Amino acid sequence: MTDTVSRFVIVGERTNVTGSAKFRKLIEADDYVGALAVARSQVDSGANVLDVNLDAAMIDGVKAMRTFLNLVATEPDIAKIPIMIDSSNWAIIEEGLKCVQGKAIVNSISLKEGVDAFLDHARKIRKYGAATVIMAFDEKGQADTLERKVEICTRAYNLLMEINFPPEDIIFDPNIFAVATGIEEHNNYGVDFIEATRIIRKNLPHCHISGGVSNVSFSFRGNEAVREAMHSVFLYHAIKAGMDMGIVNAGQLAIYDDIEPTLRDACEDVILNRRPDATERLLDIAGNYLAQGGKKETGPDLSWRELPVNERLTHALVKGITEFITQDTEEARLQAERPLHVIEGPLMDGMNVVGDLFGSGKMFLPQVVKSARVMKEAVAYLMPFMEAEKEEMGLAQKSNGKILMATVKGDVHDIGKNIVGVVLQCNGFDVIDLGVMVPTETIIQRAIDEKVDVIGLSGLITPSLDEMCYVAQAMDKAGLKDIPLMIGGATTSRTHTAVKIAPNFKGDTFYVTDASRAVPVVQKLVGDEKQEYVAENKRDQENARNAHYASQDKRPRLSLEDARKNSLKLDFEGKTHKPSFLGTKVFDEINLAELKDYIDWTPFFASWELAGSFPAILTDNIVGSAASNLYKDAQVMLERIINEKMVGAKAVIGFWAANSIGDDIILYEDDARQSPIATFHTLRQQMVKAEGRANYALSDFVSPVGNPDYVGGFAVTSGIGEIDVANAFKAKHDDYSAILFQSLCDRLAEALAEYMHAKVRRELWGYAKDENLSYEDLIKEKYHGIRPAAGYPAQPDHTEKETLFKLLDATNATGISLTSSMAMDPPSSVSGLYFAHQDSEYFGVGRIDKEQVKDYSIRKNWDIKTTEKWLAPILSYDPSTSE
Amino acid sequence: MSIFKNRAERLAKTEEIIKSRILILDGAMGSLIQRLGLEEKDYRGERFKDVKIDQKGNNDLLVLTKPDAIQSIHEQYFAAGCDIVETNTFGAQRVSQADYEMEEYSYEMNKVAAQIARAAADKFETIDSPKLVAGSIGPTTKLLSLSPKVDDPAYRDISFDEMKDAFYEQVKGLYDGGADLLLVETITDTLNAKAAIFAIETLFEEVGETLPIMISGTITDMSGRTLSGQTVEAFYNSVRHANPWSIGLNCALGPKQMKAFLSDLARVAECKISCHPNAGLPNAFGGYDETPHDMCEVISTWAIDGLVNIVGGCCGTTPDHIKHIAHGVEGKKPRQIPHFETALRLAGLEPFNF
Repeated sequence: MTDTVSRFVIVGERTNVTGSAKFRKLIEADDYVGALAVARSQVDSGANVLDVNLDAAMIDGVKAMRTFLNLVATEPDIAKIPIMIDSSNWAIIEEGLKCVQGKAIVNSISLKEGVDAFLDHARKIRKYGAATVIMAFDEKGQADTLERKVEICTRAYNLLMEINFPPEDIIFDPNIFAVATGIEEHNNYGVDFIEATRIIRKNLPHCHISGGVSNVSFSFRGNEAVREAMHSVFLYHAIKAGMDMGIVNAGQLAIYDDIEPTLRDACEDVILNRRPDATERLLDIAGNYLAQGGKKETGPDLSWRELPVNERLTHALVKGITEFITQDTEEARLQAERPLHVIEGPLMDGMNVVGDLFGSGKMFLPQVVKSARVMKEAVAYLMPFMEAEKEEMGLAQKSNGKILMATVKGDVHDIGKNIVGVVLQCNGFDVIDLGVMVPTETIIQRAIDEKVDVIGLSGLITPSLDEMCYVAQAMDKAGLKDIPLMIGGATTSRTHTAVKIAPNFKGDTFYVTDASRAVPVVQKLVGDEKQEYVAENKRDQENARNAHYASQDKRPRLSLEDARKNSLKLDFEGKTHKPSFLGTKVFDEINLAELKDYIDWTPFFASWELAGSFPAILTDNIVGSAASNLYKDAQVMLERIINEKMVGAKAVIGFWAANSIGDDIILYEDDARQSPIATFHTLRQQMVKAEGRANYALSDFVSPVGNPDYVGGFAVTSGIGEIDVANAFKAKHDDYSAILFQSLCDRLAEALAEYMHAKVRRELWGYAKDENLSYEDLIKEKYHGIRPAAGYPAQPDHTEKETLFKLLDATNATGISLTSSMAMDPPSSVSGLYFAHQDSEYFGVGRIDKEQVKDYSIRKNWDIKTTEKWLAPILSYDPSTSE
Repeated sequence: MSIFKNRAERLAKTEEIIKSRILILDGAMGSLIQRLGLEEKDYRGERFKDVKIDQKGNNDLLVLTKPDAIQSIHEQYFAAGCDIVETNTFGAQRVSQADYEMEEYSYEMNKVAAQIARAAADKFETIDSPKLVAGSIGPTTKLLSLSPKVDDPAYRDISFDEMKDAFYEQVKGLYDGGADLLLVETITDTLNAKAAIFAIETLFEEVGETLPIMISGTITDMSGRTLSGQTVEAFYNSVRHANPWSIGLNCALGPKQMKAFLSDLARVAECKISCHPNAGLPNAFGGYDETPHDMCEVISTWAIDGLVNIVGGCCGTTPDHIKHIAHGVEGKKPRQIPHFETALRLAGLEPFNF
């Protein structure tokens, strides 16, 4: 157990009759509706646990506890969080335990009435399935000094261990007392609590520490500003010591750094008992803050709830608020003639507002996906009514059109496709999403069966481009020329679509750059403007093809022989370094929390179509607020991913003795360098370089035979279980969370690659033991050595992954498998080679000519067609027209 | 005659076997009883021929009036390859039996039901293949977390103590009749299950022996929640104090729909995992269409994904389904329990861990 705590649990205190006169009066008046509203406001202001205390002279506690908890059970927005059953009367506690289906916390039991009563209560709590707070109180009284606090808690802990009470279900309350009361003995109460916390957390494994924070400032009642500052300062230090739970007013906590420094120092002197005159000094300045009062206890602004129902629906859609959507939808349904009218009327009106805002750049993708979540919930709510109506009247639903979407065979990436799917659905299209790795035959068959209006294909890796050509051919053969084909995805392009895909298909093929373009394209294709748009697209593609062919012949290229002559000649003498081991090593206990600092956020925003570099993007004039909100949601999701271990992460790395021979890198069994075990083939740049610049191949970064050199390889994933989690979100109509989750898994995989690379440089290979880089420098890759991945510009041949995976035994070690197109599954995976030489750098191979293709074919033992297939994106010629 | 000297020996052997293979639980009892085409007089038998209320449909009563028929169903399941059969006691506690005014026989029903199942098990048990009887504890006909009165949400038509006492009588009967395991199943309201757990713990304290507890919740629909509103993980957190031998899901959904929620469970469960889905979703006529072959296909993928330790069937499944399922998971590895960090695992309708 560490003495720092990453998480602090807020127990909402307003549903406590001893602390809130308002709540007490509501219960006394049997106004349970009002009482529930107080509970709801606690949840809204961020309480993690709800403290319920009904101990008052005029209240029948047992009955009130039963009534209140039974009512809470029927309010899902309150009942979602755990309950703390708070009473000094065991009968009330036991009644509470009989009313909660979740796992609750009892507050509290103690040794006040001796060991027998204490253990009897503890056993019962265990049988009811609750955790418990234990007050530092024994037969002699309440613990007020450090020694007594520690002594009583230790005794209670040991007693509980004897009856097998789970230590993680023990929460100690070592008593927070008021300081600055003017009585000298009280001055050290704050310090005593903090120190007791530190010792208890250290000595008693797995237990937790809680306390009623407002006690500490009791002598300043009436001066909320000072009290809040005291609470905040107290918590700042107590949390550092290990306090991980507190009963606080959830809506009313000042941020430590926001407290005015003079006040903060004075509070700190009092809490930490740093000087004898601390109390006087705080009293002297307290008056200055009197007028300020506390921050208002406010929930979110709910004034929009006063609007007519249609406007409320629009508001909820634009703001992405799901909270009231079911009740508002129901209200709209009751007013509407038919449930469908709610969709066609207010909901579509709302989505049109969203669409307009999105189209005009006033809303951004993350917000739109949130809106979609609201829309989906509303539609899901209406569905049963519409089904029932359909059965009664035999009516068919109206749709704007049916779109079939698929990520092609061999490719597992679907974040972008999901986004497009959601956006299309928001616009009233029926989307049939066939998922990832969809065989061409399935696409064709479903398109025919479902009579779709448009087929949309997506892919992220380069071999998917070929698959798309194949789908286009198959559509042609199947005579589907009336169904437009829509192409999108990271590696696709306007040129590729025009030059390679469109010619395979007698129908029309359209390229869409991103999600925001997908909707207008589809709308035109199913609308009246179709003819015009098709003609325009044809002209565009013709131009793109001409431009492409025109540019092809102009670019000068070196012969392979000349390019090799101009290779990079590095000095390896004394510059190679032997890794700490040869062979492979598996890391299967990756702690996701450690990866947080390695996340490169810029690409994360890019995947949500928000352009700009992190962190500047958060304050950007245009996308700043969308980016900040997305970033906030991402942080929450990231915490969940880490705390709930929603995905697993694994890595395998290896180092081998290696030398280059020409453009190949030969790996040996051991340092004797006698038995080669594998070859990595690399490709050489053939563009004409400026004077003094070399034509690179990755093999240039490894010493030729004669000097002992090494290469490394890695495969990492943070996507174990990813698909199941994403699907579970989708099953709950929460595509926003699904996409957010997957885009974070993706980032974590890259972060893991960065993390492992740092580990490799600093210890495992160990050629940069003293490296010490800031986040910025890390993200900018200001370190020595590179980790190029197969399928990327420095080595565009995806099949090199096969060699790497064999060497690493990567599938067994990490669970990552390679698809027929050499995509890694799960998608959140990264693999590549490590090169250590200080002059190694990333580069792009660029286009290569037929000569190099022939040479590469011989080295890979492939026929030329196979090489041309895998290297299609970088050929400088068109294989279909060349001899 | 039992092969094993006592429950403890049989359970010890089971513990050894379950490390290396997936155990098979039986399928539906109701579907097979239906096939017998029993009439009112069959349900009553000689013993209850004069009771006032119709008994047709009171399947739990058949252990007293048609014991041979029930034993034969257990035997069909063992013959199909089951390791564990459930006693015919799904509704054999006083809360449910009140509908038939047969409350006073609930202890006896449970005890006899366990004896019948045990007798069937003894015929099939070998030293290498122990056959177990799981005492089936259903959800009752009432809910502790929901009000039956729309206008009075604080109202409950039964108290925790009444519920707990009804369960106590049931588990006492099951224990006395020789059940090897206790299976709290088809949990729609976790508070009901907590009352059952309380009753079981009380029994264990009294007899000075503990039996493995199997707990199985029901996710009502694709929202992924129990009827009383909990997510899978919140449900798990709420019953974890029973130190269950296994936690699982059954009923309401077919195997295809169950997968995502089973994965949710596999991510958090610190014990074995069981699953006995329905034979698909009910069709328009209330029947179940999933064929034995279909079911086996899906369930064997769970095994491949390492999600389960115990599989079987719920509504609509038959010995034929079970035979296919047993065949489908044969030779596949059971789920290995991963290491979890110690944490305080609280729950409302949603989990909260720290």
